[in-house]
Amino acid sequence: MKPPPFDYEAPTSVEEALALLGRHGEQAKVLAGGQSLMPMLSFRLVRPRIVVDVNDIPALAGIREVDGTLAIGAMTRQRAVEQSALVRRRCPLLADAMPQIGHFQIRNRGTIGGSLAHADPAAELPAVVAALGGRLVVRGPGGERQLAPEEFFVSYLTTTLEPGELLVEVRLPVAPPSTGTAFVEVSRRHGDFALVGVAASVTLDEAGACVGAAVALTGVGPTPVVAAEAAAVLVGGRPDARALEEAGRRAAAAVRPDSDLHASAEYRTHVAGVLTRRALARAVERAQGGGEAVTP
Amino acid sequence: MSERTIRVTVNGRVHEAAVEPRRTLADFLRDDLGLTGTHLGCEHGVCGACTIVLDGDAVRSCLLLAVQAHGREILTVESLADGDRLHPLQEAFREHHGLQCGFCTPGFLMTLTCFLRDHPDPTEAEIREALAGNLCRCTGYKNIVAAARAAAATLATLTPTPTRSPA
Ligand SMILES: Cc1cc2nc3c(=O)[nH]c(=O)nc-3n(C[C@H](O)[C@H](O)[C@H](O)COP(=O)(O)OP(=O)(O)OC[C@H]3O[C@@H](n4cnc5c(N)ncnc54)[C@H](O)[C@@H]3O)c2cc1C
Ligand code: FES
Ligand code: FES
Repeated sequence: MKPPPFDYEAPTSVEEALALLGRHGEQAKVLAGGQSLMPMLSFRLVRPRIVVDVNDIPALAGIREVDGTLAIGAMTRQRAVEQSALVRRRCPLLADAMPQIGHFQIRNRGTIGGSLAHADPAAELPAVVAALGGRLVVRGPGGERQLAPEEFFVSYLTTTLEPGELLVEVRLPVAPPSTGTAFVEVSRRHGDFALVGVAASVTLDEAGACVGAAVALTGVGPTPVVAAEAAAVLVGGRPDARALEEAGRRAAAAVRPDSDLHASAEYRTHVAGVLTRRALARAVERAQGGGEAVTP
Repeated sequence: MSERTIRVTVNGRVHEAAVEPRRTLADFLRDDLGLTGTHLGCEHGVCGACTIVLDGDAVRSCLLLAVQAHGREILTVESLADGDRLHPLQEAFREHHGLQCGFCTPGFLMTLTCFLRDHPDPTEAEIREALAGNLCRCTGYKNIVAAARAAAATLATLTPTPTRSPA
C-alpha cells in the first residue's frame, strides 16, 4: 500500500508543465487533487517514472464568466465550485451535483479537471458536462483543442487526452432564464459513487411550455449517456406527468448498463427510468419557480 | 527518486526534513516526525482515519505526498489537548462514549474541528453528512453524533457570536 518510487516536479506555469509532459510522454502522470491518482499509486496500478504536480500553477484555477459561458480552470477544487455563488447562479446543475461527489474532505483536494480526466463511469461531473454540452479545453504540444464531451470520453477511465496533454479548462453554457435543473442519484451511502445518477435541465417559455430540455446519465455505461430521446418528449409542450413518465421510459430504453458487484443491469435500467422522471420533475418545478437564480 | 528537503509547520512547530517524493504525508507525520496520533486504516482514501488539517482544510493525509506539504501548515490530533487538558471535542467524545477502540477517533476529531468551525450550530442531518467520510467499526456512530452535538453546544459558549454559517 505504498506508492512505487518516482521523480517529482511541481512546475509553476502551464508552459513548464507541458514541457515536462512532452519530455516524459507516457512515463509521466499529472497529479491534480490526488484523490484518485494517489490510491492508484498506492495500489501500484500505475507506475509513472515522474509525477508532474500541477497544484502550484495558479493560472489553472478559477471561475470566470465569458460570453455566455462559465469557464472553470481544471485545478479549481471541487469544494470551491460547490461554494461558488457564480456557479449557483449561472450553472445551477453543476452546483447541485457537487455535494454528491464523495465527502467534503475529498472535495477539499479533488479538482474539477481531475474528475473529468479520470473519467470514472459512475462520476457525477462527466454527466453534467454531457447534459449541458460543455467543452473540454485541452493543451498540448500541438496547441489548444476544444472537445465536445462525446469527443473526450471514450470508455471506462479512458479519454482522448494524449500523453503530453493537459486538460486546462471546462466551459459550460450559462443557463438561460426560466431554466430549472436537478442532479439526482442513488448510491449505497452518502458520498459513494452513484449506482445511477441523472443530470437534467428544463427551460420553459412565459406560457409554461418547454422550449429546451437535456438529460444525461452516469453509472449506466462506460461513458456518460445523453438521453436525447427522453428530453425530446418534453420539448414543445407542457411538461405534465404523462410527458415525464414517457421521458423516464425512454431513458430506461436508452441505457445498456452492466451488472456488477453493486447492482444488476435490470436494477440499474429500472432506476435510470425512475431517476430521469424525478430529475426532470424537480427541474420543471424549479423552472416554474422562475429558475434557480433566486434560490439561497 | 532523489530526496527533497521540505519545510513544514506541524502543530505550530517548523520541521525540516529530507523525504523521497513517494513518501505520503501520513507516513511522514508518523514515521519521520513520530506523530503517531494520525492513524492509517486503508491507505487509499476510504476510511478517514488519517484526516488532518492542511492550511485550514480537513484532508486525507494518505492521499497527499509529503513534498506537497512544503511551506504549508498542518494540524494533527496532537494539537488538540493542552497538556493534560483535553479539547472540548475530546471531552465530549469521552463523556458520550464516542469511542471504543479509538482507532478512528483522530480522524473524526480532525474532521469535526473543521466542520464545527464552519457550522457552529449544525443539525443532526448535517453532522451525519459531515461524518459520512469517516468509518468506525465499533461505536455504531450514534454516540459520535451525540458527542459532536454536545461539543457544538460547548464550543458555542466559548465563541462570542455562534451564528449559523450560510454554507
Ligand atoms: C473516498 C472517496 C470517494 C469518492 N467519491 C466520489 C464520488 O462519489 N464521485 C466522484 O465523481 N468522484 C469521487 N471520488 C473521486 C474524486 O472526485 C477525485 O477527486 C477525482 O476523481 C479525481 O480528481 P483529482 O483532482 O483528485 O485528480 P487526481 O487523482 O490527481 O488525478 C486523476 C487522474 O486524472 C489525471 N489528471 C488530473 N488532472 C488532469 C489534468 N488537468 N490534465 C490531464 N490529466 C489530469 C491524473 O493524471 C490521473 O490519471 C472519490 C474519491 C475518494 C477517495
Ligand atoms: S488511511 Fe487515509 S483514508 Fe484510510
Ligand atoms: S472506536 Fe473503534 S473504530 Fe471507531
